[in-house]
Amino acid sequence: MTTSEAGRRTALLAAAVVLLFFASVLLGSYTVTLPDFFTIVTNHLTGGPKIPGASFIVMEDKLPRTVIGTMIGTAFGLAGALFQTMLRNPLASPDVIGISSGASAAAVVAIVVFGASGGAVSGAALAGALAVAALIYGISRGGERRGAGRGNAAGNRLVLAGVGIAAALQAVISFLLTRADIRTAADVLVWLNGSLNSANWDRAGILFLALAVLVPAVAAIAGPLRILELGDDAAAGLGVRVPAARLALVVIAVALAAVATASAGPVSFVAFLAGPIARRITGRSSLPASALVGALIVLAADYFAANLAPLLLDGTVLPVGVVTGALGAPFLLWLLVTANRKDA
Amino acid sequence: MPDVPVLEARDLTLTYGQRRVVDGLTIGIPEGKVTMIVGANACGKSTLLRGLSRLLKPSGGAVTLNGKDIHSRPARELARTLGLLPQHPTAPDGITVRDLVGRGRYPHQGFFRSWSDKDDAAVQRALETTGTLDLAGRDVDELSGGQRQRVWIAMALAQETDVLLLDEPTTYLDLAHQVEVLDLVTDLNRSRGTTVAIVLHDLNLAARYAHHVIAMQAGAVMAAGLPGDVVTEELVRGVFGLESRVIPDPVSGTPLIIPIGRHHAIANELEPAP
Repeated sequence: MTTSEAGRRTALLAAAVVLLFFASVLLGSYTVTLPDFFTIVTNHLTGGPKIPGASFIVMEDKLPRTVIGTMIGTAFGLAGALFQTMLRNPLASPDVIGISSGASAAAVVAIVVFGASGGAVSGAALAGALAVAALIYGISRGGERRGAGRGNAAGNRLVLAGVGIAAALQAVISFLLTRADIRTAADVLVWLNGSLNSANWDRAGILFLALAVLVPAVAAIAGPLRILELGDDAAAGLGVRVPAARLALVVIAVALAAVATASAGPVSFVAFLAGPIARRITGRSSLPASALVGALIVLAADYFAANLAPLLLDGTVLPVGVVTGALGAPFLLWLLVTANRKDA
Repeated sequence: MPDVPVLEARDLTLTYGQRRVVDGLTIGIPEGKVTMIVGANACGKSTLLRGLSRLLKPSGGAVTLNGKDIHSRPARELARTLGLLPQHPTAPDGITVRDLVGRGRYPHQGFFRSWSDKDDAAVQRALETTGTLDLAGRDVDELSGGQRQRVWIAMALAQETDVLLLDEPTTYLDLAHQVEVLDLVTDLNRSRGTTVAIVLHDLNLAARYAHHVIAMQAGAVMAAGLPGDVVTEELVRGVFGLESRVIPDPVSGTPLIIPIGRHHAIANELEPAP
């Protein structure tokens, strides 16, 4: 595939994200027309008159929900693609290597043990993700010093260390759930499934600030990452300081996954799937395409969870993570079956 | 004319953890020459190349390029003078030849200096020199082993360094492609005056294409010098534990090693079979 063809497909992805964004805000159980939407937003910003009902639903529910969905999709997509590209391993996404488990375990501890809610849970999730990332990084570096860090070995150690830690943290979560009373356990489950139901503008603002720092950081590290793709030795030969570049990549990718998880819970499979799907579409590993695919997955899954699932399930609104999980697992299998052997 | 070493290792010790792979080694890579580093498997020759190119920090001694410690210079600046093609680089999926060769320009680009005409010209030259211009639009995945190796060398050429280190550039290639790669290296050395150091398995090809041979054993230098002086029956016995005859190569006059092995003897000493 030529570069211009890949660029054209990335542009199409961007158009699809915009389309789905507006579909999510305007359509569904409560429909808003496009002119009404612009009136609502303009009047909201300028303090003009509200449209009864519609203004509240758009400004307090649909719009923040869609904005947060787009941002966490972007963040998960980028985080997954950064890890997968850096470690040259499609398994190495933050949800597989334990970053999400760290966030979940910390959030569950906060909810069950300390009775926390809202922002405190997000803060705990952020701290948990960062702590696990530091632990995994430390373990995988320990091997490097002993001489096992040549080639892809360092990356594989990181994945293995992460899988082990994820399993241990899942045990912690299960243990805490058995100790919690039924109401608390229900709260925990909603969080663990990943949900946009509690989206609000405060949360969107924090997420936006985090992305305003992290996305330019991704752009800055994208150059060395392209060289790291050639292998650690080749990258070092081309003047990349491999350990420093890898540390920066890990910090940025973990921060992206952590802030997204803190905002909406560990929406499963988004980080894992965005990179491989983007590669299918554009023919190469691409950070912008992965970010767009991540946003598409979350928006589509949330639209299904909030608008279509209630029609099928007698009015039950599903957490978005249930949908991404249900769609993600078969899609993963399809990817594995249809991937050429080099990918697998 | 005495050889001027451009890249030097002094009392260089390289370790993986506790394991000393290169131990107190002193060598020089002469400027404007092709140097071949030979030795048995696991003698530390690839490790030496990693040490010479900043991939491994020495646990003792130093490596200097033009008299300056390579670890005292910024990585990118060093990479504009010293290039390395490792043994197993990975081509990202779906990358085209031109794009891959273009990544060799990385050390010449900065945060504020993006792709320039100079980069385009360097890539074009590298593609022409390696005969890969016809392949420029193809996916690297689709290429044969020989073509792919030429593309990797093109990437290293696009880096436009004065010194180029190649780690077993002929592995997995058939004889014709091995010769093709080494011819290419010779062209490069002659046309651009690039100093080349190559780790090579094949002693005969090393002897033919090298100006300077460094023979290693167990992390130390056994012999270094002109191929005709270094590659002898005693050296082959010492380095590889192999009995051989060394005769002048009928094509180039360089040493040609004929291995003997357990089941053969030299023809005129052969007993007639009963």
